Amino acid sequence: MEFFTSFLRILVISLNAMVPITLAAVGEIIGERSGVIDIGLEGILLISAFTGAVSAQATGSPYVGLLAGIVTGFAIGALHGFISVYLKGDQVISGVGINLFGGGLIAFGLIAVWQTPGHHIVPASARMPKIDTPFGGISYITILTLVIVFLVYYLVSNTKLGLKINICGEHPRAADVAGINVERIRFFATVSGAMLAGLGGAFMSLDWFGVLTKELAAGRGFIALATVVFSKLNPLLALLGGFIFGFFDSLGVWVSSAAGVKKYIPWQFILMTPYIVTLLAVAGAIGRARFPDKLGEPYQRE
Amino acid sequence: MLTRIYEQVKPILNSFLAGLIGLAVGAIIMAIWGYAPFGAYDALFTAIFGSFYGFSSTLARATPLILTGLTFAIGVRGGIFNIGAEGQVFMGALAAISVSLLSLPSGIHVLVAIIAGAMAGAIWSLPPSFLKITRGVHEVISTIMLNWVALYFGMYAVVEWLGDPQRAEKSISAATTSRLPIMVSGTSLTYALFVSLAFSLLIFFLLWRTTLGFELRVVGQNPAAANYAGIKENYSINSTFILGGLAAGVAGALQIIGHPPTYALYSDLSTVRNLGFDGIGVALIGRNHPIGVIFAAVFFAGLNVGARTMQITAGVPLEMVRIIQGVIIIALAAPELIELSNQLLPAVRNWINEVKAS
Repeated sequence: MEFFTSFLRILVISLNAMVPITLAAVGEIIGERSGVIDIGLEGILLISAFTGAVSAQATGSPYVGLLAGIVTGFAIGALHGFISVYLKGDQVISGVGINLFGGGLIAFGLIAVWQTPGHHIVPASARMPKIDTPFGGISYITILTLVIVFLVYYLVSNTKLGLKINICGEHPRAADVAGINVERIRFFATVSGAMLAGLGGAFMSLDWFGVLTKELAAGRGFIALATVVFSKLNPLLALLGGFIFGFFDSLGVWVSSAAGVKKYIPWQFILMTPYIVTLLAVAGAIGRARFPDKLGEPYQRE
Repeated sequence: MLTRIYEQVKPILNSFLAGLIGLAVGAIIMAIWGYAPFGAYDALFTAIFGSFYGFSSTLARATPLILTGLTFAIGVRGGIFNIGAEGQVFMGALAAISVSLLSLPSGIHVLVAIIAGAMAGAIWSLPPSFLKITRGVHEVISTIMLNWVALYFGMYAVVEWLGDPQRAEKSISAATTSRLPIMVSGTSLTYALFVSLAFSLLIFFLLWRTTLGFELRVVGQNPAAANYAGIKENYSINSTFILGGLAAGVAGALQIIGHPPTYALYSDLSTVRNLGFDGIGVALIGRNHPIGVIFAAVFFAGLNVGARTMQITAGVPLEMVRIIQGVIIIALAAPELIELSNQLLPAVRNWINEVKAS
């Protein structure tokens, strides 16, 4: 019985832990299908967690905070899209810069806004309400995430816009000849993907953790990238991947509160597991993965 | 002739322009939060160039950054986006502490520590190499995951295996026989700097004067051509990873045997963290060239060292420099910054003239 309750507790935490990884991964899938890779997810998660918390506290409304997170995603996505799509810049380098910028901004912001170098607790009034269960709170955004996953799946597999996005990644020249504005589609895909990551970031500070720290994202942006590889660009598989990685993520959170396990396995090794699992999953899953032909390449009209 | 010179110096101009953009955006962000940007930059640059002490500290900080910059630069030259220097530095540092448990004569002990660090870094670069070659796993994912694994492994090892019996918060210090002598007393600048510089020259020689280096660069620039020329791509990719791992491992070792006053790791690994990530920026600003990396490392190190003074005298949080560094790299992602500004400047001038005329 005790085992059963523990299991349900971990399951509930997993449902929360799944959210930022899945949202960022599904957003990345839209972008990568159009041919733009964005490894700046970690940075987007961090910056929107920060802007979300600032806005929520300033207005006293968590919903404004969530919106701020999405707007932040929009802004960073637009910057990355502008560099990648219109300036034909190096997408991976731009992403690295965004990650570094994000890490700096959240650390700077914590001191500039709250005069704390490490740890800011978001007041309860600025936090999202949760659905109470006997095994812990489940977020409304978890449900929203499920809806988003299915919407994105429908978008990329059943709509005309989805078809356009896919062609821009596979064969931008053909898309161009068919009268599709490759640059506009790619820019749109990048920005909408980044907005989902922005929502994921705000979720971390306003809902799941309710706390802001320098290392809030803890590599989840990169785990999301791995999830994209694992999913072979299928949003439904990304949901599964997000849940698996979320599960191992929450295992660490749960163990750190349960004294019994720590006696047998050092906490450092427990915290290592999500990363090792990610690595193994990607190594095992890849094989047949096929990415858009022109992923990461700017489209140059002749 | 002039256009040829322009083509040659364009990358350098581009780096300078990116640096200026970084400082400008940093100033805007500081102004938004009510800090005084000019006071902050004044403090920053006085700290770097204003004193012999400051400049020595900058060079001390640049020592590992040259090497982690090389890791990334070698990767780019070989067609790999190797961001695993961070974890490889941790492993190198752990190895250097471990061998200080041996008792050896001083000169040999230094050499053994450096080699141990290099080997540890190289070994930690093998899984991503193996996964890329056999399973096609992208190195960005594998190296980042291994960075986290190395971080927690290091935290465990420092406490459980290499812990200082007297001081719980740090590891044992490197044996006195394995320490590099201090160059400027009162600073942390040691002869480790020359190890870094020598490594840089070695990589320069290797990349442009040997067959391995040539093959590595061909694979990096044009894998199809390399294949056609009979170059073994997998061998080259593996060499790229290993060379990068060696550089990062040496950086880790030098942070132990050449980093007074502690010559040790703290349990949170604070003295070796972010060196690998900063190396990415160093390499990009240094245009992925072993000599460019040296100058870029000094620039980055200066920002890091000056940031502390900036925090104390101007009250600006030192994390500001990470924001500036991030903006610089974003700016460098757009390849033709110079061209863009050449197009923009006349446009702005025309606009000003129009405004004046009306």
